[in-house]
Amino acid sequence: MTIKSIPVKPSLNSEESPPPPRPARRRRPTHRWIGVVWVAPALVMYSVFVLYPLGQSVQFSFYKWDGIGPATPAGLDNWRAIFTEPELFGSVINAFILIIFYTVLPVSLGLVAASLIRELRVGTFNTAARVVLFIPQVLPPVAAGIAWTWMFSTEGLVNQALGAVGLESLTRAWLGDFTFALPAVGVIGFWLSLGFCTVLLLSGIGKIEPSLYEAARLDGAGRIGEFFAVTLPGLRQEIAVCATITTIAALASFDVVQIATQGGPGYQTMVPGVEIYRLTFLEQRIGQASALAVFLAALVLLVIWPIQRIGRHE
Amino acid sequence: MSASSSTVHQRISRAVILMALMLFAIVPLLSMLTAALAPQNSTPPGLAWPEDPQWHNFVDAWTAANFLALFQSSVLIVLGVVPAAVAMATAAGYGLAQLNVPGGKFVNAILLVGLTLPFEALITPLYYNIRDMGLLGTRWAVILPLIGLLMPFGVFWMRASFLTVETALTEAAKIDGANPWQIFRRIQLPLAVPAVSALTILFFLATWNQYLLPLVLIDDPTMRTVAGGLGAFQGEHGTNIALLCAGSLLIIAPSLIVFLFFQRHFVRALLQGAVK
Repeated sequence: MTIKSIPVKPSLNSEESPPPPRPARRRRPTHRWIGVVWVAPALVMYSVFVLYPLGQSVQFSFYKWDGIGPATPAGLDNWRAIFTEPELFGSVINAFILIIFYTVLPVSLGLVAASLIRELRVGTFNTAARVVLFIPQVLPPVAAGIAWTWMFSTEGLVNQALGAVGLESLTRAWLGDFTFALPAVGVIGFWLSLGFCTVLLLSGIGKIEPSLYEAARLDGAGRIGEFFAVTLPGLRQEIAVCATITTIAALASFDVVQIATQGGPGYQTMVPGVEIYRLTFLEQRIGQASALAVFLAALVLLVIWPIQRIGRHE
Repeated sequence: MSASSSTVHQRISRAVILMALMLFAIVPLLSMLTAALAPQNSTPPGLAWPEDPQWHNFVDAWTAANFLALFQSSVLIVLGVVPAAVAMATAAGYGLAQLNVPGGKFVNAILLVGLTLPFEALITPLYYNIRDMGLLGTRWAVILPLIGLLMPFGVFWMRASFLTVETALTEAAKIDGANPWQIFRRIQLPLAVPAVSALTILFFLATWNQYLLPLVLIDDPTMRTVAGGLGAFQGEHGTNIALLCAGSLLIIAPSLIVFLFFQRHFVRALLQGAVK
């Protein structure tokens, strides 16, 4: 500190206005650089363990490398393979199908439930409801995967319930079934998202001006008209948040799929996250894994972008 | 509240919908609990209270999975990640929100890149970098990358909190000659306590529940997080439903307890933070 002349005592000299601007101007640059010290640790960790590897992924994606020998340039081969190898492209398609289960269904159902419930007032039951609905979101996804593997197994609750209502013919080992494995994985994602979306949407509904509903009612709107005229526009931001978080979870799913199916049977439930893991650690195709990784990261951004815009628009 | 919203009919339908949603949320856990109490190596029904609940299954799962070592390992990893990550995120959030850091906009922009980045997108180069650093197989292999990966969310979270502080308050302190550290310590930090504690809980859960990093970067399952160790446990005891379910419930317990203990705080903070 070079400026020793600044009065440290609470200044009573409000009429002496000239002095303050000068020290302030001199002081600010030093303070600005002090700010760097505050930001530096976070930035260093982020650069070393996120930005740098991200750059490496981009670089690797243009090489063919088995992780041991020398890497050979591969041009755009790895990138082309994402669209031409059925296994790789299939994993991307599966990720998009999972969005239906992770995002579309929970947000829609959450909207319906929230607009029917309308408000969670203070009270033991409502607090309990909020807590219980949140539970799937706070558990380790690994444990959720194991729980649902058990639910969907031959002896599990899903088949038990089907049997109880006389639908034995439908029972099967869901996660091992070529047709139903992906929807079954989707149900796990649906379970993870639903409570979280409902609670978030309910908290949004609580903030909508009651007078808007009264106005809609005076205009002769029924419950459905009210939903589209008041509830839906009022929840724009919350819907965008739900959609963003759950869409990322769908596109970047790993834990649940790795535990429940490891991408099988065949490649029926393969998703990019699991495929990257397989390519790197089981098939030693580092370049291919990196291309898929960068592609996945870009895909997430590309899908999230429009959702964010919907949320911002007022 | 309008009178019409509290008719008996509506109250009942509201309660029914809520009950149905709650049931759906906990049914897999209940099914796991009843299976965990069934005799080992049997095929229990999906959901039925066993006639002779085998509570010792939990003890058996505890020893079979070497849970004591796993819990210790998890705690070490959490202690390595959470305090450091919270401190770094808080400092950076304060810097970016209040100190007018040179290049602050650029820092924001590059952090934004990491906000939506899936962990899997980095796991391949991370593996080789960690190997070259000689850290593969140690807990540092999970701790260090995880701190970096948590930064974008943490910094934005704390920045959002510090942005809400009235600038008049800090200006007044500046005029009184307070330096940034004093302003931070006496004015800003006390106001940010809710955000810091919510972030601590979120980082705890993210670390405790972490599966991919330990799976890839630590060979020895007993050095992993419990979530990472559970994956190995599943591979070994996948056919022993009772043991597997008991083990899973043991792993869920800490996450659940932390959440239930801080739930009021947590749900409110998360809802506010999410909408920000």
